[in-house]
Amino acid sequence: MNAMTVPLANYIALSAVIFFIGVAGVLVRRNPLIMLMSIELMFNAANLLFAAFARAWLHNAGHIFVFLVITVAAAEAAIGLAIVVTVFRSAKTVDVDDVALMKG
Amino acid sequence: MIAFWTLAVVMIASATWCVTAKKPVYSVVALLLHFAALAATYLTLNAEFLAVIQIIVYSGAILILFLFVIALLSSGVAPFSVGQNRLPRIVVPALALALIALGFLTWALARTVAPAASPGASTVGPVGTANVFGSVGDFGTALFTTYLLPFEITALILMVAVIGVVLLASDQTPYLPSKKHAAEVRREMREAILRGGEQ
Repeated sequence: MNAMTVPLANYIALSAVIFFIGVAGVLVRRNPLIMLMSIELMFNAANLLFAAFARAWLHNAGHIFVFLVITVAAAEAAIGLAIVVTVFRSAKTVDVDDVALMKG
Repeated sequence: MIAFWTLAVVMIASATWCVTAKKPVYSVVALLLHFAALAATYLTLNAEFLAVIQIIVYSGAILILFLFVIALLSSGVAPFSVGQNRLPRIVVPALALALIALGFLTWALARTVAPAASPGASTVGPVGTANVFGSVGDFGTALFTTYLLPFEITALILMVAVIGVVLLASDQTPYLPSKKHAAEVRREMREAILRGGEQ
């Protein structure tokens, strides 16, 4: 009963694949909303790994970590979207290539 | 095992759809599918509380926030220019890098073969039973005893986020006055004092 039916390596590989899909999204897309969503994908890949290892070690510290990551992700999404709205209000565009306000 | 592979295919497909979708709304829909599959995966990992907050916080709160912002920005002018497609230029190095990193990560993490249950571990039971590993009681006991301080810090993070969002998204920026504006305010105050405090 305590053994996992699916090997841990499967979860690791799945998490890595999803993480790199998220990385590709951040690198390739120029729409800040989709970039934020890709960041959420990466958060969730890490969360999946936390949950898988918590299950393997039968210790719920991983669950606590996932809880904290979800909280931080919610805060990050709220702040990020507020920044997108603010930038759009002043620049009338949200393409991250056109927004070069902080470029020296 | 079948559940894992089904969920894995759904998660990878929806993640790819999310990243490649032309319209942000489709990305949100794909992300919704992804989060639902992830919640189901949490259930197969005996993490029932995580599955619930995954649905409530991510699908219920964060994705709705995304939808609101898309609706807000899409009204009026079209803010989303497609721009140049930068995929062909970087696809070869990106693929190589991703494969190397993927292989390395898998190899490095898979070396921890067959971890045993750590001391003080709880027992495993079917999802939904009380007081087994990952149940709400198990999670809550850990959260409010051993991990009480991180939980309290979470409240601080959320408060900072709320204050930041209100400051960023409000119409006026009363806390960032320019020098000119400050001088104007001072002058108005001086005139009001000279008038004897009348309006």
